Amino acid sequence: MRPAQRYDHAGCATAGILHKGGQLINGEAIIEAIGTMRERGNGLGGGFVGYGIYPEMKDYYALHIMYDREDYRQPVERYLERALLLIRSERIPTRPTPGVGLAPVFWRYFGTIPPNEPRPAGESDDDYMVRVVMRINLEFDGAYVVSSGKNMGVFKGVGYPEDIGRFFRLEEYSAYLWIAHARFPTNSPAWWGGAHPFSLLQWSVVHNGELSSYGINKRYVEQFGYRCTLLTDTEVFVYLLDLFLRRQKLPWEIIPAILAPPFWEQIYRTEPAQRRALLTAVRQVYGAGLANGPFSIIIGHPRGFMGLTDRIKLRPLIAARHGDMAYLASEESAILAICPAPDEIWEPLAGMPVDERLYEEVVL
Amino acid sequence: MKNFLPSDFLVHIGPECILCGRCVRECSFGALEQKEGHIIAHHARCVACQRCVVFCPRSAIAIVPHPSTSRHNAYWTPELRRALLRQAQTGAILLAGAGNDQPYLNIWDHLLLDASQVTNPPIDPLREPMELVTFIGRKPDRLEITADENGEWKLVTELPPQLKLDTPIIFGAMSLGAVNLRVHKILAEAARRAGTLFNCGEGGLHEELYPYGQNTIVQVASGRFGVHQRYLDAAAAIEIKIGQGAKPGIGGHLAGEKVTEEIARTRMIPAGTDALSPAPHHDIYSIEDLAQLIYALKEATNYSKPVGVKIAAVHHVAAIATGAARAGADFLTIDGFRGGTGAAPLVIRNHVGLPLEIALAAVDDRLREEGIRHQVSLIASGGIRSSADVIKAIALGADAVAICTAALIALGCTLCQACYTGRCAWGLTTQDPELIKRLDIEEGVERVQNLLRAWTLEIKEVMGALGINAIESLRGNRERLRSIGLDTHTQEVLGIRPAGM
Amino acid sequence: MELHAQQLHYREVNQWLRRCSQDGIHHVTLYGIRGHRYIGTGLNNSLRIQIHGTAGNDLGAFMNGGEIVVYGNAQDGVGNTMNAGRIIVHGHASDVVAHSMRGGTIFIRDDVGYRAGIHMKAWGTNPPLVIIGGTARDFLGEYMAGGTLIVLGLHDSSAPLVGSYVGTGMHGGVIYLRGTIAPYQYGKEAGLQPLTADDWEYLQHTLAPFCEEFGFNLEEVLDHTFCKLVPLSRRPYGRLYEGAVGAINSHG
Repeated sequence: MRPAQRYDHAGCATAGILHKGGQLINGEAIIEAIGTMRERGNGLGGGFVGYGIYPEMKDYYALHIMYDREDYRQPVERYLERALLLIRSERIPTRPTPGVGLAPVFWRYFGTIPPNEPRPAGESDDDYMVRVVMRINLEFDGAYVVSSGKNMGVFKGVGYPEDIGRFFRLEEYSAYLWIAHARFPTNSPAWWGGAHPFSLLQWSVVHNGELSSYGINKRYVEQFGYRCTLLTDTEVFVYLLDLFLRRQKLPWEIIPAILAPPFWEQIYRTEPAQRRALLTAVRQVYGAGLANGPFSIIIGHPRGFMGLTDRIKLRPLIAARHGDMAYLASEESAILAICPAPDEIWEPLAGMPVDERLYEEVVL
Repeated sequence: MKNFLPSDFLVHIGPECILCGRCVRECSFGALEQKEGHIIAHHARCVACQRCVVFCPRSAIAIVPHPSTSRHNAYWTPELRRALLRQAQTGAILLAGAGNDQPYLNIWDHLLLDASQVTNPPIDPLREPMELVTFIGRKPDRLEITADENGEWKLVTELPPQLKLDTPIIFGAMSLGAVNLRVHKILAEAARRAGTLFNCGEGGLHEELYPYGQNTIVQVASGRFGVHQRYLDAAAAIEIKIGQGAKPGIGGHLAGEKVTEEIARTRMIPAGTDALSPAPHHDIYSIEDLAQLIYALKEATNYSKPVGVKIAAVHHVAAIATGAARAGADFLTIDGFRGGTGAAPLVIRNHVGLPLEIALAAVDDRLREEGIRHQVSLIASGGIRSSADVIKAIALGADAVAICTAALIALGCTLCQACYTGRCAWGLTTQDPELIKRLDIEEGVERVQNLLRAWTLEIKEVMGALGINAIESLRGNRERLRSIGLDTHTQEVLGIRPAGM
Repeated sequence: MELHAQQLHYREVNQWLRRCSQDGIHHVTLYGIRGHRYIGTGLNNSLRIQIHGTAGNDLGAFMNGGEIVVYGNAQDGVGNTMNAGRIIVHGHASDVVAHSMRGGTIFIRDDVGYRAGIHMKAWGTNPPLVIIGGTARDFLGEYMAGGTLIVLGLHDSSAPLVGSYVGTGMHGGVIYLRGTIAPYQYGKEAGLQPLTADDWEYLQHTLAPFCEEFGFNLEEVLDHTFCKLVPLSRRPYGRLYEGAVGAINSHG
């Protein structure tokens, strides 16, 4: 059950692995990586996102929906049958797992937008899906959309991540990109919806830290029709990304300059003038999108992931490469657990992104 | 006609008095007189401006509330009865200076700020970067960015003009006439040194202040005093004054006696005539007319500087502000009912308008509901008393605040509220050359600059405690505010939760 | 130089004018003007602009020199806060002509709407002059603080020369009316005065260029009753407020 309207603070661990050639990796690997950082979580939240897990359904939106109880499902499904052209609906397979308590019910739905649905002029399919997601989260009791992208899905809950991974039988999935999270919430609402990753459409985010700027980040995205309903600051990252990348079509490279911009003193010294003008305008226009306070995040998207820390590096992030593989994690140990001798391993600078992508020729 | 009015104050002169006569020379209200080896106090004339108290070399003077009393009556307060008697004697509209002094709910002092503990760290403001830089001006919804021929990202969008403030505090509008040229010079120089702006108000910009143009907001008010092409060209920004928090909905009236040669030259009217500011702009009777004037000013200055609109906090302030933003205003100044005035009818000052806190929250909310808050800058003014008020205003949604009374207090103002008499003993709201001399420009600049410095440091301290190192992350961040002792409706309007939640 | 403005936005027209002005061009003609706003605003020099069509709102706002001649009508706000220069309209103009005008000259051949000359001022050696060939509506010269307003009523003798509330709050300047005005038509702050020989001389001298511009016969125009409104005080509201400057002890 979603606790009373307040948002929650959390410390955490994150990990991500990407095969840049698009080869699928079994879910066991990511469970092992995140499992090595057990000390950073407290068993009150763990979660995963996999990209490439539904290749046979890759043209359909995949909605993962969490129901607090079975009886919350029917009203949502009645709505979904009207709102989408569903081609498959099924319960997400789980197994009883020690360490995982009373669990909500998870279902997944694959579908497209009905062709004759009346829509505002110029609205894209993605815009339509955002409306569907916001509506379910806002208006249907006990139902939360956990993920809504294509050929990807989020699996998360209350427990240590390795237990959550087994609960969701992740060894039965393979993905070219996995991102995981272990959570240390300061209060313990034991709410499955509060676990990471947070996801909307193709974007997903795991987050270690807390946003001191959450209040204004939230009010900023609300101006653009997003509704923060999931009671953690991390949710707002996803909406910021959707706004900037999908709706405003800003290049990926600008995202760090918004979320973790250089200090003005650095901007004044920046050469050439073209770059200085760009950074200045980004801060002037997107100040409400600055993510202030400690954070390290891994952003997942269909073509790869981006790791980023806040501008004074208050949270850790380690990056590594080995062959076609790219790794990100809160601690080196997590990477070494699954890749004992990487070609390169480094600590990214504050506010500087680690931007790893599939090779351009990879067609999914 | 016999005067039935008892005195407000009693001027007590103690035995330490050495009859030096300093107090008599300092009193600009004729309340003290030296006669036959005595200092005689005309208590009824005393406005309690404290000038004699501060300047008595022997600290012999105390001004106390007049101890004589009438039967207590919580309904017919002494203030009401005094006002009534004054009107019975004169048949005139009562005037008042400074801001609304009535005991309406003061919301600032029911707001509490957050601080970071463990889950996010506080920041040491003295040793780590703490950014207060604020840009005033219209912002686009989004930036268009493309790669250039070398693959470097390049800005395509041309941003409208932006004014950079090094601290989110500017000096609000006080006209030359309401205050004197020395006050203007002090504020202009202090603004220049602090990297911020001063607002010349509606009485024109004195020739000697043109060099401060890049730190000056010039006003275009209903009287259009001193408004001409050079004035518009000189400024960093232009503000259309629709209303003033201390006297929403009414015009202004600078008495002919205050229209000295210097003021006449600046206002571009003959000396000695009343300078009337009509209640409305006679070219603005509707919102589309406001758009017309905004664009007239943009055309006149070739879109080279922000054009803003100042409105008083009134009941429909949110809708009005939204309309002004849609009419093309690049910034909005919201002036609350605690804002000062050189002269306003007492009935207006005390009874019309809204608290800034409410108005600011309502405007910020409405602009967000309409999805245009990020396009305009919001300046909050009207009774900002401390850095705490500044921080709370920014957290409620302001980009910057404007201060006037606070700056005058830094220069000696004791809020005696007698500005409209033109006899300001501290040389601030007077045009009397002898009184003006009391204000030392260099020292004044230092005082005001010190005030800005102190507040700026305090803002950084609080931001550090909040774990926020850029002011844009505080702006509109009501999550970091809680209320204590406010009713549910007020909390709802403010959009903040009660302490403990 | 000429510009055909039918398809252009006012910003483009004004940008073109600004360029002409910067290039040192002295005379331009605009064709196809229909409601384009702010023509002549922000030019700050001696450009002469001829306009064919209907000039839009705020024609010559903040104007600071040069000349605008409109062959057609003008809309609201002609010469708003004008400082110097000359605006001539071969037609009528709508409301708020010469609002807060401080200097320069406006000639309107035909009628004007409400609030003409409202809060006109005077400053320095170039007091503003507004001559209206036709009639004017209510609030003519309200709050007037300086300059000269002349209303001639040359066209339709059946229409009232001026409306009501003429010169209310007037505290400077002078209004000449070619005809008479009833006491109820003007504000209590203004008063009628008989014309002196100086006034007649002033009118003759001032109306000559107006008549020449529009082809009126100066003799005929002057061969008529005129009246003159002036402010009764430069401080009309001195007794309205208690305790203000100059009366510091009245509350004492």
